[in-house]
Formats: sequence, C-alpha cells, structure tokens
Amino acid sequence: MHGEDKAFYGHGLPNLKVGRLRGSLIVIEGTDGVGRSTQIEQLIPWLELQGYAVTNTGWTRSTLLAETINEAKAGHALTGTTFSLLYAADFADRLENNVIPALRAGFIVIADRYMYTAFARNAVMGADRQWTRDLFGCALVPDLVLYLKIDAGHLVPRVLEGKGMDYWESGMHLALGSDIFESFVRYQTRLTREYNRLAREFRFTTVDARKRIDQIQGDLRRHISGYLERSRSAMAGEMPAVPTALRR
Amino acid sequence: MLSKPHPYQGKLIVVEGIDGSGKSTQLSLLYRWLLSRGYKAFLTEWNSSVLVRRSMRRGKKKDLLTPTTFSLLHAVDFADRLTYKIIPPLKAGMVVLADRYVYTAFARDVARNVHPDWVRAVYRFAPRPDLALYFRVPIEVSLDRLLTGRAKLKYHEAGMDLGLSRDPAESFHMFQSRVLEEYDRLVGEFGLRVIDAAGDIHSQQLLVRRLSRQVLRDYQGTVTDLAAVGVEAG
Repeated sequence: MHGEDKAFYGHGLPNLKVGRLRGSLIVIEGTDGVGRSTQIEQLIPWLELQGYAVTNTGWTRSTLLAETINEAKAGHALTGTTFSLLYAADFADRLENNVIPALRAGFIVIADRYMYTAFARNAVMGADRQWTRDLFGCALVPDLVLYLKIDAGHLVPRVLEGKGMDYWESGMHLALGSDIFESFVRYQTRLTREYNRLAREFRFTTVDARKRIDQIQGDLRRHISGYLERSRSAMAGEMPAVPTALRR
Repeated sequence: MLSKPHPYQGKLIVVEGIDGSGKSTQLSLLYRWLLSRGYKAFLTEWNSSVLVRRSMRRGKKKDLLTPTTFSLLHAVDFADRLTYKIIPPLKAGMVVLADRYVYTAFARDVARNVHPDWVRAVYRFAPRPDLALYFRVPIEVSLDRLLTGRAKLKYHEAGMDLGLSRDPAESFHMFQSRVLEEYDRLVGEFGLRVIDAAGDIHSQQLLVRRLSRQVLRDYQGTVTDLAAVGVEAG
C-alpha cells in the first residue's frame, strides 16, 4: 500500500494492468477451524475505527462459483484436479471483480485464505505441486500474510467446540481411515505440516494460534499496525520534503 | 500428460477447428465407420456440462466473465469430462473420439489475451491424443456455413466480450482470425494434422479414415488387462 507497487505471482491477468493499487491486501491463512473468521470479524471494526476503509473476501465466496462449488461438494463426484480448477476460477473471479477494484479504490482488503490454501491441500492430496502453483499465476502477491499456526492436537478441541468435524475438513475424501476422528487428526497433521512449509517459503508472519482468542487478536493487531506504520513511512519517503523555512 | 504419449490401451482421436469448419460432421462419419468395422468407439463433445452450466449462465447474464474465469470454467468442464468420459474408455481400450480438445482452449483463450504459457500449464494433466486433426477453413466459409445453419452468432463465439466491434459478423471475423492464427501456431507445436476443410466432405472423410487407420494399426482391442489394474482374474 501507499506507494508500493503490486506484483502478480505468475503470468497475471490478461487485459489488466495493476499499476499502482493504493490499497493493501492482507491475507489471513491457517487451517480449517483455527479461528480465521472470528479474528477477521474483530479486525474489521478495529481498522475502521482507525479510519481505514475495509472489505473482506473469502475462499469459495465468489458470485460466479459459490453455488457450483457447494453443489459439487455435496455431490462428492469430483476429482482433485476438477476441484482445484473450480477453486482457481472462484479465486480469479473474486480477484478481478472484488479485490482489485477495492485495492484500486484504496481499501484494505482482508482475505480469509488465499492461494496457499490450495497449495497446501493439493500437496496433501498428492497433486503435482508445480501445476497448482502455475494455476494460481493470476494471483496478486499480498502485502502481508498472517498465518495462524496450530497443530492438530490443539485444533481438535477448537473444532469440536465450534461447528464440529465435517467430511472434507477431516480428509474423508482421501480415505485415510473410516473413523472421522482419526482421519481428522491424520489429515490436519499433514495439512499443517504443509502450511508450515509454505510459511517458510513465502515468509508468512506467523502468529501462535494455540493461544486464547483475545491474545491472538492482540498479536494480529500488532503485526498489522507495524505493517501500516512501515507503509506510511515508505509513502512519506516518496513525498517531497517540505522546506524547513515553510514549516510553522 | 500432454508432453508424452499416454499409457492407456485405447486410442484417442480428437478434432479441432473453428465453428463451421465441419469437424463435427467428419467426426460423426468416422464414428459410424469405426462402429461398422467392429471397433468399440466412444464419442464425446466439449460443451457445457451440468457442473458449470449454472456458473456460465450467471457469468454471462451479469457480465462477470473475464478471459481468465472463462478459461478456468472451461478447464473445470474439461477435467470433469476427462475423468468420466475420456480416461475410463481409454483404459478400457476403446477408441475415444473427442470433438474439441485442449487445443481449443489454447487457441480461443489466447485469442482473448490469456497468457499462452499459463493456459498450457493449466491443461498439463490432459493425455496426449494419438491423432489430432485440425480442420482449417477460411473465416468467410465458416461464417457462411454458420449463418445458413442458424440465424444468429453466439456472443462468445463471435468474441463480443472483447468489444472488438458492435457488429456480430464483424466481431466474429476479427476474433476468429485471432483464433485461426493461434491454431496455426499449434500445428507445429503439437503436431496437429491439417485438413483442408474448404474441400468436399467425402474426400475429407477418406483422408480422415486413412489417418485413423494408421493410428489404429497397433490397436489392442477392449479386453481389460486386469493385471494392469492390480486385480487377479477370477
């Protein structure tokens, strides 16, 4: 934000020049049930009170594909490749129709999950890693990725207290076992290992998500404030300095 | 994988070309001929499946589709068709005839300014056909055939989404010229066999059959090799 040029992760989007998008793209990543949406709900009013315009976007929430994806998930008839392509289409639709216009207007966009979710899930499914990455070549590189890090052991009670273990988040589609609890633990262990690997590769800012909700919120705010502070001074550095004589 | 020959027992023959090139006519003639010769053949077309039809309709109505999402929705459709309609018959040793294949996406999406490397990467999971026939036809001929068959040109087929011209026929001309250029590039890159689709139907079909016969020379039939699936015969 504030003077830093955005870049695409790969080949980018046709017929579109990102140029200088004035807003900031902040991504909250982390596995299923780690508490991303709870945290985002609290971050938005906090940012707005400071005077920032904020909008949010989330995985599978596109106008174009949300219904199709839900139907496909209910049908259990698609392979990993087909799902990946559906998710990529959903991602591209939100990017082009929501995220980029908001960034152009100077908003802070908070994304609940980003392409890294697809990278992690596909890797666990045994898909070609490079293929998934090429697929998301249309993605914009985020300004800040906050990663809610947790392990399967700490995740279990949180998920059970929340909406419970579901078919997909327990990795039942991978046939890791017929018992949903065991499958959940196995699947989430693999998934979090993959997220940790991505965190190193893409230099996520890691937040310990084993803590209490309010403590996590405090950590997230600290990182976001730090980022906003840095980009404000980067922006100030670009402005011509006001001659001392003219200052009051 | 598109980069190397597929390992399946069956054969994959695909036809490509712009709308109105006559490729579907040729493919259905080939299909009937194969059946009459005792081959187990399976015909599959690339049009919107139930899976993405709703998204396509919504996208078109609300003008949400961009070259990227248009491309990805077609890829979703293709992946689904591959899973259910192409790979199983290929594994079973059938002759699979596909009306349009990945080259359609390479030509059409790149004509919409999608990056050529990206779209090739997206479709990397597709098996390489044993024979890919490209029916090359001048745009005037194709436009003529389309307008006699049905009164109106389709919105995306005419590339109206690109805003090249408000006149559908003119837009079709401009957009399909780009598509043809891309197809010509693909001929060398992927070894498509070019067929002059302006010629008469009968002689085109004789050529199609001759080329297909060459591919089917080492055809092994449709007895499923259970060992290859890891199953012992009962």
